[in-house]
Amino acid sequence: MATTTDTANTEVVAEDGVRRRDFIEIAAVSAAGVGGIFTLIPLVSQMAPSKDVLAESTTELDISTLEPGQSIKAVFRKQPVFVRNLTQAEIEAANAVDVGDLRDAQTLAERTQEGHENILVVMGVCTHLGCVPLGAAEGENKGEYGGYFCPCHGSHYDTAARIRKGPAPTNLEVPEYTFTSDTTIVIG
Amino acid sequence: MSFPWAKQYEPKTGFTKWMDEKLPLPRFVYNAVGAGYPVPRNLSYMWNFGVLAGFCLVLQIVTGVVLAMHYAANAGVAFDSVEHIMRDVNWGWAIRYAHANGASAFFVVLYLHIFRGFFYSSYKAPREMIWLIGVVIFLLTMATAFMGYVLPWGQMSFWGAKVITGLFGAIPLVGEPLQVWLLGGYAPDNAALNRFFSLHFLLPFVIAGVVILHIWALHIPGSSNPTGVEVKSESDTVPFHPYYTAKDGFGLGVFLLVYCAFVFFMPNALGHPDNYIPANPLSTPAHIVPEWYFYPFYAILRAFTFDFILPAKLWGVLAMFAAILVWFFLPWLDKSPVRSGHYRPLFRKFFWFGLVPCMAVLFYCGGAPAEEPYVMISQIATAYYFLHFLVFLPIISSIEKPEPLPFSITEAVLGSDDKAVLGKDAETAA
Repeated sequence: MATTTDTANTEVVAEDGVRRRDFIEIAAVSAAGVGGIFTLIPLVSQMAPSKDVLAESTTELDISTLEPGQSIKAVFRKQPVFVRNLTQAEIEAANAVDVGDLRDAQTLAERTQEGHENILVVMGVCTHLGCVPLGAAEGENKGEYGGYFCPCHGSHYDTAARIRKGPAPTNLEVPEYTFTSDTTIVIG
Repeated sequence: MSFPWAKQYEPKTGFTKWMDEKLPLPRFVYNAVGAGYPVPRNLSYMWNFGVLAGFCLVLQIVTGVVLAMHYAANAGVAFDSVEHIMRDVNWGWAIRYAHANGASAFFVVLYLHIFRGFFYSSYKAPREMIWLIGVVIFLLTMATAFMGYVLPWGQMSFWGAKVITGLFGAIPLVGEPLQVWLLGGYAPDNAALNRFFSLHFLLPFVIAGVVILHIWALHIPGSSNPTGVEVKSESDTVPFHPYYTAKDGFGLGVFLLVYCAFVFFMPNALGHPDNYIPANPLSTPAHIVPEWYFYPFYAILRAFTFDFILPAKLWGVLAMFAAILVWFFLPWLDKSPVRSGHYRPLFRKFFWFGLVPCMAVLFYCGGAPAEEPYVMISQIATAYYFLHFLVFLPIISSIEKPEPLPFSITEAVLGSDDKAVLGKDAETAA
């Protein structure tokens, strides 16, 4: 091994360009860097939902006993879901609204499924900051529009669970769901 | 501290100049592992293991923090939560195997680092403090590894916890209350599991702190070297960067190849199948042994089968702890002024044909069943182990005639100090 300093090295070879050692150094450090970046994949993705959490992502509900005017609270992905069997009066109240005046313009028909216009399925998660709105259980404050009312910051939702007043930006979210029979729905 | 010819950190850009005034962290790094730390030019690959041990500590902390995000330290669900990590958590299997085999890799590296110290007498003045701190790090690492092995709450975890805390029960008078206090109960259960998890999370950061002291103490006299001759002049050293960053980087690559071979191709080779059986306080596994890295000390523990003034149980515990505590006294037991085993003919023989095979035998016997002939072999090896440090080493160092030392590191490498070429006159190396 010759005694050298890196500055001396650079001076000597500057004339004929790249040294073999430069190539080896760049190749080795690059390979180590790429390898290091790949080890980040497990470290980052381990924080994403695990397989058992993903396996909880469907909820089956029997709504055969749900009478008009009644609601049930279910759990979907550890969050509440409200299923309400709307009365004729509630449906008419929802359809009477001029959609153009709404903050998040949607008709009741767009928020329910064909043939089941009386069954309204929404996430019980206020679109403002995530509190659970009141109105699904008997005796709870349904807000000024007869739907749901979020007590945290005063968002009022109508009978189609559309935002009408208060800070929430959008209507209560309608999750993906299907009717597997006339009285059974599967959410997710 | 550094040698007078150490390169000085010179901030070049506006930002680094500003940083150097407010918080000279780049200067600190430059002087610790950069061009500002002159290192003997003749270090062999045996000098890689300090950096590798540091790498293992970081590896264990990173994978361990990730595992702690998914693990539940409750005796009712701990075993299941480990299986949850293996089956459900994204990449959980890789991270757990990396952590479990990382512990083994850590101990391989530590043992080689320690035996490098034995052979080259790295513990001698002026480096006693580095050695003493190093032994403390080893003890802390053993405690951390033991408590980590309890966490999966399998059969070996449970019975390991029971046996190791049982060691404290051997202490006269206070032993049994002490054992009950350590466990928070009469046998390992939720209380013990919780405190072991808490301490297993805490201790690695304590180790990291003590490692900083270890490196600090190292930087005062500077690194030792295979000749054991102290640095005399500039031509004896090269800057840590790029010379030893490159050499350590190569060593790290080789280490990772072996480590990854275990993690990805034989992740359970060093573990015990019984630990995939949930803890059962009513049934002890037929063949109960600790993890491989505790074998030599476990063999010493089991070597004492007879009462002699004190009960056999107490002798075993005392001997096991003494086997490591004796390392603390090495700087004063080995009085030879010559450091390197390369120049100590008698010491060298006792190292290669005494201490190393003795340690190998203890390793083997620690993993063997507690029956003859292993018990007797363990007894002989244990006797040799203590004789080596307490009797042979002091005698060797006083009667041995060392071989002639080179005048300097430069002479050892180049044949003569006159051949050293420095600075501008140097030829290119490639």
